[in-house]
Formats: sequence, C-alpha cells, structure tokens
Amino acid sequence: MKSLTFWVNDKKQTLEVEAGEMLADVLRYRLGLTGTKISCGESECGVCTVLVEGEPVLSCNYPALKAAGKHVTTIEGLAQGEKLHPLQEAFIKNGAVQCGFCTPGQIITAAALLSSKADPTDQDIEYALNDTLCRCGTYPAIVNAIHAASDKINHNKPIEFPTYDFVGGLEVVGQVVARPEARQKVTGAAVYTDDITFPDMLFGATLRAGIPHGRLIKLDCSKAKKLPGIRAVFTAADIPGRVNHGLIIQDWPALVGVGEKVRYVGDAVAIVAADTPEIAQKALALIDVEYEPLPVVTDPVEAKAEDAPLVHEEGNLLKHIKVNRGDITLGFEQAEIIFEDTYYTPAYEHAFMEPECSIARPVDNGGVEIYVGSQIAYADRDQVAAALGLPQEKVRVRGPLVGGGFGGKEDIAGQIHAALLAQATGKPVKVLYDRQESMLVHPKRHATQIRVKLGLKRDGTLTAAQTELYGDTGAYASLGAKVMGRATTHSTGPYIVPNVKIDCYAMYTNNPPSGAFRGFGAFQAAFAIECLMDKVAEELKLDPVELRRMNALRKGSITNTGQHLTESVGLLECINQTQAEMLKFTGGEDPFLSREVNGEPGKRRSWGFAVTFKNTGLGEGAPDNATAEIELLKDGSVEIRISSAEIGQGLVTVLQMITAQELGLPLDKVNVYLSDTDLTPDGGPTTGSRQTYISGNAARYAAGTLKNAMLDTLAEKLNLSPEEIGFKDGVIQANDQKLSFAEVGELMRAEGRKTRLKYEYVSPKTTPLGEKGDKHFAYSFAAQAIEVEVDLVTGEVRAVRAVGATDVGKAINPLGLQGQVEGGLIMGIGHALTEEFIVENGEIFTDSLSRYRMPSIKHVPEDIKVIIVEDPTAEGPYGGKGVGEISTMPVPPAIVNAVYNACGIRLNRIPIDQDWLALEIEKAAR
Amino acid sequence: MSLFQEYMQPDTIEEAVENLKDAPGSVAVIAGGTDLLLDIRQGRHQAVDRVVDISGISEMQEVALEENFVYLGASVTHKQIISNSLLAEHAQCVVEGCGLIGGPQVRNVATIGGNVSHALPAGDGTISLLALDTEVRIASTDGVRWRPLIEIFAGPGKVTFDRKNELIVGFRFPARGPREGSAFDRVMRPQGVAIAILNMAGWVKLDEKGDIEDVRLACGPAGPKPFRARKTEEFIKGKSWDEASYQEACRILADEVSLRTSAHRATKEYRHKLLPVLLQKVLDSAVERAKL
Ligand SMILES: Cc1cc2nc3c(=O)[nH]c(=O)nc-3n(C[C@H](O)[C@H](O)[C@H](O)COP(=O)(O)OP(=O)(O)OC[C@H]3O[C@@H](n4cnc5c(N)ncnc54)[C@H](O)[C@@H]3O)c2cc1C
Ligand code: FES
Ligand code: FES
Repeated sequence: MKSLTFWVNDKKQTLEVEAGEMLADVLRYRLGLTGTKISCGESECGVCTVLVEGEPVLSCNYPALKAAGKHVTTIEGLAQGEKLHPLQEAFIKNGAVQCGFCTPGQIITAAALLSSKADPTDQDIEYALNDTLCRCGTYPAIVNAIHAASDKINHNKPIEFPTYDFVGGLEVVGQVVARPEARQKVTGAAVYTDDITFPDMLFGATLRAGIPHGRLIKLDCSKAKKLPGIRAVFTAADIPGRVNHGLIIQDWPALVGVGEKVRYVGDAVAIVAADTPEIAQKALALIDVEYEPLPVVTDPVEAKAEDAPLVHEEGNLLKHIKVNRGDITLGFEQAEIIFEDTYYTPAYEHAFMEPECSIARPVDNGGVEIYVGSQIAYADRDQVAAALGLPQEKVRVRGPLVGGGFGGKEDIAGQIHAALLAQATGKPVKVLYDRQESMLVHPKRHATQIRVKLGLKRDGTLTAAQTELYGDTGAYASLGAKVMGRATTHSTGPYIVPNVKIDCYAMYTNNPPSGAFRGFGAFQAAFAIECLMDKVAEELKLDPVELRRMNALRKGSITNTGQHLTESVGLLECINQTQAEMLKFTGGEDPFLSREVNGEPGKRRSWGFAVTFKNTGLGEGAPDNATAEIELLKDGSVEIRISSAEIGQGLVTVLQMITAQELGLPLDKVNVYLSDTDLTPDGGPTTGSRQTYISGNAARYAAGTLKNAMLDTLAEKLNLSPEEIGFKDGVIQANDQKLSFAEVGELMRAEGRKTRLKYEYVSPKTTPLGEKGDKHFAYSFAAQAIEVEVDLVTGEVRAVRAVGATDVGKAINPLGLQGQVEGGLIMGIGHALTEEFIVENGEIFTDSLSRYRMPSIKHVPEDIKVIIVEDPTAEGPYGGKGVGEISTMPVPPAIVNAVYNACGIRLNRIPIDQDWLALEIEKAAR
Repeated sequence: MSLFQEYMQPDTIEEAVENLKDAPGSVAVIAGGTDLLLDIRQGRHQAVDRVVDISGISEMQEVALEENFVYLGASVTHKQIISNSLLAEHAQCVVEGCGLIGGPQVRNVATIGGNVSHALPAGDGTISLLALDTEVRIASTDGVRWRPLIEIFAGPGKVTFDRKNELIVGFRFPARGPREGSAFDRVMRPQGVAIAILNMAGWVKLDEKGDIEDVRLACGPAGPKPFRARKTEEFIKGKSWDEASYQEACRILADEVSLRTSAHRATKEYRHKLLPVLLQKVLDSAVERAKL
C-alpha cells in the first residue's frame, strides 16, 4: 500500500492504495464516486474518462499513483450543487442520453473540449469524441447537445428541446419531453448494478471451459479451497436444484459437472467467492481441470450432416421451421425470370456498454435478493429459484438501471452463480464480468447462411419466393428457435408473394450460443432479400425503388404466412417519403448512378435503397401479456409499476407519458417503478419491440382503471355523472369544485376503496406457424436510403448521408423515438462496416473491444434525415407499435446496394471487407 | 486489482535507472502505460513486480532546438507533440503520425518513447521518426549513449537495448533545412485492432531545380522491424518526382519490402496494393511542403 494525496472535484483526498490500482477503481470503489463507469478496461471505449489537470484521460488504465498531487474532475464535480452544467442540461434536452452508461464519459470529454474550444465545429467535436463510444448511438444528439451547451455558455442562449415535424396530437403523448431518469444519468448519480455494494460483500468469479467441446474428466478444487480469503468453491455437484437453465429449453448448465460435456469455450465449470476479486481470480488458477477433447462442429450447414459431431445427444437440429403458401412449383412456372443467390451474415456482439453484473444477497426468509440489470426480471427469478431449489417467492429480482441490452441481457449470465455463492456463504456476492468475459459468455446474433430464390414476371411482379436458411444457434438453445422463426417469416421481405416455400434450420454448434439481438433474425433475413431485390431490379432494368413499391405489402395484402393485413401498413408511405427526400439530396438526379466525388477521381458515391418490416411483440402463438399496477399515493402523485426493463430505449418515459396523459396529470406527478419481482407485476420480457405496445397498453388501461375508480368515488359523493367530471393538469374539475388528486385519494381511502389497482393487458391472439390465424398483431415498416463513398483504390467505404422513414403507428415519445431511429441506423452502419464477431474452430478471436469495433462518432453520416410515418394500429396505445429494432435492419442491405451502385461490385456478405472489395474493384477494371 | 507490487516515481534519470537496476524481481518502465498495462492485463507481457514511472522526469519532457538538431524527450505525449510549434515546423511527419494515434484520451498520456520502445513494426510515431533519421539517447547507470533509431529494433516487441537496465530518454533528428519537408499517412481497417494495415513516412530535400536531392522513406509493417526503404530512397535520389520516377519507385519499393498476410487484418496482396497509394500521398505531400 502506498499513500496517495490528490484532489478530486476540488476536494483533497489522502488514502492508501495498492501500487497497481487504477484511478477508476480508486474513484469507484474507494471513494464511492460511481459516476465514473468502467466498460472495457482496455482503453477502447472512453466511458471511464475523467479529467486530470483538465485533460481527459482513461481512468481504467491510469495508475492511481500517477494522479498524486493532481486535480481530478469526475462527472460528480460538474454540476454546481443543484445547478446542472450546461452540457448536462443540453444532453438531457437533446436526447443525448439513452441507457446512460457512456454519458458521464461523453459529458466529461465534451467538457474538456469546451474549455479548450469555446465554440467547437462539428469536426472539432468529432475529433475530441472520436474514442468515446456510445453503443446506443446517441452521437447525433451529442453533437447537438455540445453546440447547445456552447451557445448557452458563450451567448447565454437558453437550451431548448429540439423540434420535430412528427410532434403533437395530445397534451402529453406525442410531445417532446425529457427522460425522468436523465438527470441522474448526467450527474453520475444513476445507479447500475456494479455501483451497489454491501458491507461484507464477497466477489465471485467463474472458471470457464476454454475449449469448445470436451468431456470434463477431472475437477479438483482442493487447492483453491485452501487459499486464504476464499469463502466458497462451488461446482455442479453442489447445486441444490436444477442444473440447467434456458429461456425456452433448459439445456444450458449453470455449471458443467464431472463426466458431463462442455459445449463451448464459455461454459462454466466452477465458481468461487472470495474477499477480493483478486483472490477470486487466483483461486480459479488453482483449480485443476482436465477434459477429454471431443470433435468440434462450428458451421450450421456442417452440423446438419449425418456424421457431424453431436453437440447435444438428441441431435444438432434445434428446429426445422417451415412456411408454405400457395404452390411453389406453380409460382416458379408462372415466373418469366428466376433469380437466386446465397447471403451470409456473421455473428455480432451486442457490446452494450455495461458489462453484466449480478449481486445476490441472502435475506431473512431464507431466500435471496438479486440485483441485476436484466431484460427479463421474472425469467431470472424463475431460473434462479429452480437452480437453488427454492420456491419462486423466495427469490426477489430487482433491476437497477441497465447500461444497454439490445437482446444480450435476456439470458442468464451471473444471476444463478451469484445466488448459489450467496447461499453457500450467507453473504452478499457480486459477480461482475469484465469486457472479455462478457464477450465470451452472452449469446450473440445468429450467424446465418440464407439462400433466396425469386420468381418474377418481366414487369417485376413477384410470383414465387423460396428461401433456405441456416442459423448457427451455438451450443445452447437460448431463443434460437424464436430468432430463426422470425428470420423465416421475414425472409421473403415485406412483399406480396403468392407462392412461398421456406425451410429454416436452427442448428446447434460448438460456437458461443446465439440468441436475441435487435432485429431478432429479421435483420439477417432483410439483408438477404434486399440485396437480391436490387440485383433483380438491375436485371429487369427497373428502378429499385419502383420494384419494391410494386410488390410492397399494403392494406389488404396477405403476408407469406397468410395473414390478412387490414390496417396500419405504412410501407408505401415510407417508400415514397424516403425516395422524395433522397431525390431532394440529389437534386432530382438518379440517385443510383455512380458519381465522382469533387475532384477526386479515385472515389465514387452512390445511393442504395432497402425496405423492411418487423413484427411488434412475441407473436406466433406466444402469450403476450403484461400486468401493470398503479397506485394513487397520499401526496397526490401516482406510481405505475411493472417489471419491464428500461434498457435505454425510453420505457420509463413512455410509461410516464401514457399514465400522465390518461389521468390528466403533469409528468412529474407520475413515478415509474420497474423491474422488481416483489413489487412490480410481470410485464413480460423486454424484447421484440413490445414494451411500448404491451406495457404501454397495460399502463394505459391501469391508469384508466384508476381514473374510473376516482370517477366512481366522486360521482357518488357529489352526485354527478362521470361525464361531468374532468381531469386536467393534475386538477379534477367537478362542477365548480376543484379537487386535487390527493383529496380524491383521501376520499377513496376513507370509503375503503382501493387506491392501488392492477390491470392485465392481454394482447390480440396470435397463432404458431402452420396453424390458421395471424402470426403477429402488428408490424412496423421502414425504408432506408444511404449514400456511400467508396475509395476505388483502398476499398474503404463510408456512409455519407442517410434518409429513412419508419412507420411507427404513433410517435408517443418523439425524443426517444428519434434516438431509437438514429441509434438503430448507427448500429446498422456498424454491422455493415465495422463489426464482426469472429469465432475460429470454436475459439473466439474477437475477444475484446479492441478487436470488435463498434461505430464511433466518425462513422455517423454527415446528414441524417429521420422521417416518421404514423399509420396507426387500432389496438396499439394511441396507435403506436414497435420501433426498437427496425431501424437497424435495412441499413446493411442499403449500404451494400449503394456500394454496388458506386463501384459495380456486389457483396453477398457483411461486414464489407475493404481488402476484398479493393481487389475485386481492381479485377473488374482489368 | 493490483497489477504490480511496486510503483516507483523517480524525478531524475539517474534515479530511474537505479530503480531499474536494483529491482528485486521483474521490472518495466511505464510512461503513459497505454501499451504496457494492456499487455500485462492481456497476458502479452510477463507479470511485472515493479514499474518505474518516468513521466515525472522533467528532462524527458523537453522539446528543444539545439543548433542543428531538434531534441524530443521520450516522455513527451502525443498531445504535446501535436500542439508543439517547433515540431510543427521541423517534424511534420511526426506530428501527423502521432496525431493519428488513439483518441484524445490516449494521446494525453501516451508518449513517443513508449511508442518507439513498444517496438512494433508499424508504430505510427516510430515510423515517422525513422523518416527523420532519428537517433535515440539511451541511459543506464553506466551513463548515456546515442544510437541510430533503426538499430534499436530486434523484432516485433523486441529491442536491442537492455530493458532491465536501460531507458530511452530522448530523441534527436536534424532540424528542417530549406527545401525540406516530410509527411505521414496510413490505411486502417474499420474492423479489428487500431494498428495500421500499412503506414508510411517520407522526408525529402529538394535541390534548387525542385528535383529530389535527398529522400528518406519508412514504412510498416514491412518485416519484423520498422523498415527504412533504402533501395527506393537510393533510386529516387537525384530524380525529379514525376510519373516515371513514381512508377519505378513503386516497383523497387514493392520489391524491397516484405509484406505479409495477417489473419483478420489484411492480405499481402492488399498491402501491396496500398504501397503505391501511400507512396504517392506521402511523397507528394512531403515535396509540396519542401517547396513552401
Ligand atoms: C486505444 C488505443 C489506440 C492506439 N492507437 C495507436 C495507433 O493508432 N498507432 C500507434 O502506433 N499506437 C497506438 N496505440 C498504442 C500506444 O498508445 C502507443 O504505442 C503509445 O505511444 C505508447 O506510449 P506509452 O507512453 O503509453 O507507452 P507505455 O505503455 O508506457 O510503454 C510501452 C512499452 O515501452 C516501454 N517504455 C516506455 N517508455 C520507455 C522509455 N522511455 N524507455 C524504455 N522503455 C520504455 C514500456 O516498458 C513498455 O514496454 C494505441 C493504444 C490504445 C490504447
Ligand atoms: S476505456 Fe476505460 S473503460 Fe473503456
Ligand atoms: S447512452 Fe451511450 S451507451 Fe447507452
């Protein structure tokens, strides 16, 4: 230990630190300044940025002793008391805060910029924030926020909300409002799981297989158990309850036992709890393990072969999913021209900025309480209870804020391990993954191979579509069957196709598991069909937009699963508006021609186009319900409770807005309480773009139920009919009498009426594939146009401008919506240009953020035009439907199509390999 | 988590080399730590008991013009390099190269000495310094010595000086004369690690007519060590920088470098494709600057 004296936010601190401790650890764990986050620990993401002597540095790799005698500024030091720094206010109002995990780092980096450049240009901002990453893709909003803050500081210009042309309609719903939790997120007060500590807390760590397939033949923990500071070493044999977990199929062992198989490199074989994280790591190294290696299968197509090594004894086929409509043979006979090609998408990593963390704490009733930033609190509860052999009521799952999920926090990560260790030791146990472990463990996006065959008339009318999909679901099922189900139904695009045949194989392999990820299979499907549609358009000498318009689903169409679309099909509108905006950019010129870039003969630009659709909700027969509880509190405010998760998408805001709207309350009189299995009723999984619709409806009807109860009370009391009573601005007007919510609450309580009510929203019924009936109760639609620039010599590709239209039914929360669409677009650009999760022979190559690049601020197009189409769905809240996933989906095909238009090379896989592209361009020129 | 047991913060070079020499176990110099800490954490560097932080040694933070030389302390950060007016005048390629390293946070702590000592074949600071015919000042308890930069590299990550006892304290390179200019450029891959697929630095001196009187060219990764393209330099010397000499220079350069395929980064073919691109950009720009 060495003594360190330095100033933190102008306060002198003297403390003992270890020689090798990093500044981030000292700030967070010794000084409790948890506003500084750690996301990667490898100097890649900038999330841990603090200022040392006014200059931004990465505190995760800054030895604390370097700070001796220096002044350190953290996010906690920016606001002056209650008064926010202009940057903080501007981040809130511009929607530059989503999950909020990167926000402290962004604001601190921006603060350093503003103190060196009072009035920065866009280029200055891009340069300064180049390495401060935001997976939610808030970059465009961040740029706006920095300008706004600069204007405030230099010219005292008030910071305003942005204006959008899709704002309005109702008093609250449809208006631009701030996130209720944004203030905490910009000040560093926001609490994520790793920010929580308990006295006496232990630290858990997990021994991973490290090999993709093998039988565990020896597991000797005796040395580890003897290490001083070790409190528990736990193996499969010690699990009191069910060993396996899994959201649908329980095939994933929490710990692999001796004699059992490990099926991917991330499988857990032992867990330990220790006084410090360091001791826990040391103990892992002392565990003696031996495996009998088994042959490995890593390709979903090979996995289907007769003689393929078996990942699970029952065979490698997780599910064969089929769709048949019309007569496929006839459809191809009717066709005048047939096209066919095969497309490949790789695995992708969610790379949410907050790595997984679970804390489990034994509680008095013999159960455990778990703190975890998860997307499905109730599924966590049930799976933990099963593993511990406890009744479900004895497990309480509580969700602090979640630093991004994107589908990657639906499965179990450390929840069960933490709970087992807490039970074994009787103490709170924290299981925190570092970035490498996070990337190793949680399920990825399915890698796919998709063959598409289309039959058309020469005029462009589709007569038949046949697709064959292989999805790599990795070692465990996770949501693989569902994901590939969505890939299946979306594989013929948002088009009218009378004759369809689809075969999809979700295959087990020895790769890391694949599961939910924004776009959920439909992403992969969109890439394949939209690339082929462009090829078709070229061959048929049709405009690619026109070809899509001709075949687009519209009101009255029947989908490939036989669903009759009777309303809310805004695809044509999306296509038309996107095309019109794109043409504005090109001044009416054909956007798909290859154009030389001013004075640079080695560079070409062109536009590319793609359309897509995405179901809202679970669909295909899965019950899709949510229960919300609402309570009128004594102070006249209302609390709405539901277990659904705020993962950055803006659910808290949406529920607050809806509740306020229904009750005529000001926003700040509605508190939203989420993710607590003891106190919030089940809202179902936070997945499938379903929360605004399902939980939104639950909140809406719960609020309606409360309102009715209030009306009943007043009507009786005052002898009025309910119509004579109005709710507005937090005041209840009954005749000439004005009552507050608190007063009505008091009346209700006095009469013994309930002020706490529940409503269970049951969504319209859907049916499984192969059965009659609708597969989904709503679909969102989108069209996307992107202009790219291709360097003909180096093969470098850049997205220059983007125009996209999304049919969301109703823009309930415009600020959040803009953020979702921009963020989705940016993630799509990442998927097309920068990201690829590489696994070789079951071993992970992209094992760190330095090898897995997510888009940074410099990947954001110069111009982004977001168009919102509102074609309402009757059952949705105010007409709204899902939006969380769709904006990512059309981006890669739009980019790949644009690249072809610019340089004449067609790609059938993503991400674009500039090396390959450059050599192809050269070959073609010869 | 403690990465090491002892953290020394010497104020002088003498103290620093003592700290190195009398280390009981394994020891490493730390400057910005942007390479070292990750190398330790990710197992590319052996465990270290003692680290010697040299960032507080004022002598190693100087940038100075000394007669015909520019002195650049090893602990100068990339941020300081890109904001230094002396270097903007005398070391254009270094300013360009270091300006591309990492992001602002990394540049605020990462040093030129660390970039060189890390000894990667394509360190951006290293390659740019090579084009300036830089010499390295190395200190140990036995005193200091100057060595040509090119001679300190022994292979990827390996150096010819004794890491256990010696320290780079600074660099010197000739001050920029009339009709001289330099430039740096690189090509990156959007996926994967932030190391250039290929980088290149060039320095030229023009004669009165505007022909190239002298030239130096460095690039990486073009072999296990940072590479000086001597044959190409020899050819270009005395020529006018026109299409014909460019074409021939490309041919010679392609011949003398040894480019490889590195998995998930770049193919050999692609790297060959980039050679002429960078040669043109870098020398065009260096020649332009020499004319100013
Ligand atoms: C996000 C990120 C991006 C990066 N991007 C780039 C890039 O684009 N281009 C690039 O070239 N590099 C890049 N780097 C690598 C790194 O930042 C640079 O190489 C940097 O200059 C290293 O300097 P440092 O002071 O941090 O070195 P340290 O990590 O402190 O030291 C590096 C090595 O040199 C030794 N050492 C340091 N100083 C001395 C000395 N004076 N004498 C003897 N030995 C010494 C250390 O013992 C260690 O072995 C990047 C790093 C990160 C984290
Ligand atoms: S850079 Fe420090 S946590 Fe990512
Ligand atoms: S808000 Fe930036 S990572 Fe979520």
